[in-house]
Amino acid sequence: MRRVLSAVLGLVVLIALWEGYKAVGNPDGTVLFGVRVLPRADDLSMPHVSDMLSRLGRPELTGGRPVWQVVLSASLFTLGITTAGFLAGAVVGLLLAVAMQRFRVIERGLLPYVILSQTVPLVALAPLIAGWSGTVWPEWTTVAVIAAYLAFFPVAVGMLRGLQSPQAAGVELMRSYAAGWWRTLIKLRLPASLPYLFPALRLAGAAAVVGAVVGEISTGTRGGIGRLIIEYSREATSDPAKVYTAMLGAALLGLVVAALVTLLELPLMRHRRRVSVVTM
Amino acid sequence: MNLLRRVAPPVLLGIFALVAWELTVSLGRIAPFILPAPSAIWHELVAQRQNVWEAALASGLNALVGLAWGTVAGVLAAMAASRFRLLSEVSIPLAAVLNALPIIALAPILNNMFESTSSVPRRLVAGIIVFFPVFINTLRGLREVDPTHRELMTSYAAGGWTFTRLVRLPGALPFVFTGLRQASSLAVIAAVVAEYFGGLQDGLGSRITSAAAFTAYPRAWAFVVGACLLGLFFYLATLLLERIAMPWKTRLIS
Amino acid sequence: MTAVSLDKVTKVFNQGRPDEVTALSDINLEIGAGRFVSLIGPSGCGKSTLLRLIADLIPASSGTVEVAGKPATRARLDQEYGIAFQQAGLFEWRTVQRNVELPLELRGASRAERKARATEMLALVGLADFAGHYPAQLSGGMQQRVAIARALAVHPPLLLMDEPFGALDEMTRERLQSELLAICAKTGTSTVFVTHSISEAVFLSDQVVVMSPRPGRITAIIDVDLPARDDAARQSPAYFEAITAVRRALRGTDNASASTDAVAAPSSRTPGSASPAATAP
Repeated sequence: MRRVLSAVLGLVVLIALWEGYKAVGNPDGTVLFGVRVLPRADDLSMPHVSDMLSRLGRPELTGGRPVWQVVLSASLFTLGITTAGFLAGAVVGLLLAVAMQRFRVIERGLLPYVILSQTVPLVALAPLIAGWSGTVWPEWTTVAVIAAYLAFFPVAVGMLRGLQSPQAAGVELMRSYAAGWWRTLIKLRLPASLPYLFPALRLAGAAAVVGAVVGEISTGTRGGIGRLIIEYSREATSDPAKVYTAMLGAALLGLVVAALVTLLELPLMRHRRRVSVVTM
Repeated sequence: MNLLRRVAPPVLLGIFALVAWELTVSLGRIAPFILPAPSAIWHELVAQRQNVWEAALASGLNALVGLAWGTVAGVLAAMAASRFRLLSEVSIPLAAVLNALPIIALAPILNNMFESTSSVPRRLVAGIIVFFPVFINTLRGLREVDPTHRELMTSYAAGGWTFTRLVRLPGALPFVFTGLRQASSLAVIAAVVAEYFGGLQDGLGSRITSAAAFTAYPRAWAFVVGACLLGLFFYLATLLLERIAMPWKTRLIS
Repeated sequence: MTAVSLDKVTKVFNQGRPDEVTALSDINLEIGAGRFVSLIGPSGCGKSTLLRLIADLIPASSGTVEVAGKPATRARLDQEYGIAFQQAGLFEWRTVQRNVELPLELRGASRAERKARATEMLALVGLADFAGHYPAQLSGGMQQRVAIARALAVHPPLLLMDEPFGALDEMTRERLQSELLAICAKTGTSTVFVTHSISEAVFLSDQVVVMSPRPGRITAIIDVDLPARDDAARQSPAYFEAITAVRRALRGTDNASASTDAVAAPSSRTPGSASPAATAP
């Protein structure tokens, strides 16, 4: 409850800052040493917040559907792809983490690459995988693959840390019960890994959203929010408020994914302590 | 000997993967728009190295500027938030929520707010993306104080700024670097990918999309390799900085 | 001169709330200058709380605490004591030398003075060769020795220790006990030492203060008069007699009802009294 209130308060502060800058800022922006450091404060570059919200209600194009409907359906479309990619990436990440925990040699061989993959902009590959659309599989699958790709890494690393988290005393206890690797996994390692899994899932969810949006832009997939953002931004000079409505859709997408992970977390993490997870 | 055991599996795996990739592409006769061969990519990389270098410099500069201001803002905000309890109570949930949004999607808006020939939007986006991990991690470090240290400083009648200077700040340093490690990679990713959304096109991102548009896929992959090298460079530089700033740490990556 | 004086001291936590607990009740204690006094008792008897009251890390609910003839707060601000905790609490980002210099830094001592004093203290605890090391490179026992060097760096008249050897193994503990005694004899510091090891309390102290819980109070003060405090002393009859006396006093605290006449008369014994006197509850 407190989190929701603070988020709302923060939003109010942001809106106040936006409108405040518009009120006091130079309509032509501020130029320092020849570089524009503060944006133009006129209505074309920075529409009023009220304009953005009212734009939602008006039709997209003359005689078309209202903007909010278009944005919402685009967001839902991307949500579907994101979810598919997120699930696929998370499952593969989980399986790989279990394999790495089981066989040290797999961990030693793969973990450096998994960690390093998070340090390099692999999402830059998105335009190149775009070529797979249509020939190898449908367009949306490419986007889902990109999302899965980005979600995979934090889950693999976070889950591995979680599986390795039980103390030596716990592992030795299971050995004393003559419990094999599988039973130790089910009864000790998996429950112990949950506090590490959920922060990683949240990171992976945010990454999947970014992957889906960038993927849609790179493949030119119609119907998603990524495409909408690009389209509306091209019309920014004539219709400045519209691109912000698309932003709201993208923000909504991110929030929904984060909320879904948190929803999953609530029943499973009752009475469990939180852990901070470092995935790189 | 131990080092060899540690290094051998990933190196061997890497070599094996490259060879398998090369063989699959050439023997399977896979078209370049699906997957070019490593040899073709290498060839393009060497041929285009001047272009790759210049584009990497441009993207690298954007990433660096974004990283610098985002880190400074993150650390200062964390110091402010740790000083005023109310501020930290409000800002931590807000930061967590904002971090879940695809910040990169702000790129088109920022492009509209500034001229199309400005580098500022990409640097702004990179900075915003960098801000959150640095802020959250630094704040955690500033708030977590060893109780024994706290009692010790009370016994010395040392509080306020002295306490912050001698205990809080040095104790928070490992946390700052945890955030910085994530941030340095995110800065490169942001700087490269922001160009996919339009705006000034002088960095690696634009080279990748234009090469792909001309179906020169091995060249596009070569630029991707350049971007990966840039990301690696930033990450390793951060590790080096960490080593220098914290000589008392024996392990860098937990 | 009295090093520490506690007069009708009481400490209540969470006063007025449902989880209110009386940690210490009506504590009266005087510790003479140069004396080594141990506080011993079962868990929850308030011995650590008592130490923290002397250190002014927490305030007393009622009664007065005086250190070096001043109120405890004044004594803390004047740095009249050094303290060592169960965790060494060294700053991992400072070298051993710089850790020992910390209280001197806070007092504004010059760099030369700090360095000289720190080197002196490290030599005293036998760690002169490790001045440039970082705490992470030292064993637990060595870290604790650095903590003791740090506590003594300002040459305080009073040393407060809260189970400093509790986390160490027996061999290291015995060695550090002997070292601590040598240091205290050399520097002439008064010491208040919290422990829950009977043998440690007897070996180290001139007086053992036995406490009992619920509410925390002093049930006995036992004088320990050993001719010498060395390895031979650990086998001497006087040593074992003192241990028995303390143990009896502790056992008695288990059986005792919360009667107030169980509190021993606190006074400093005249030096030279031959046998350990036990005041049974």
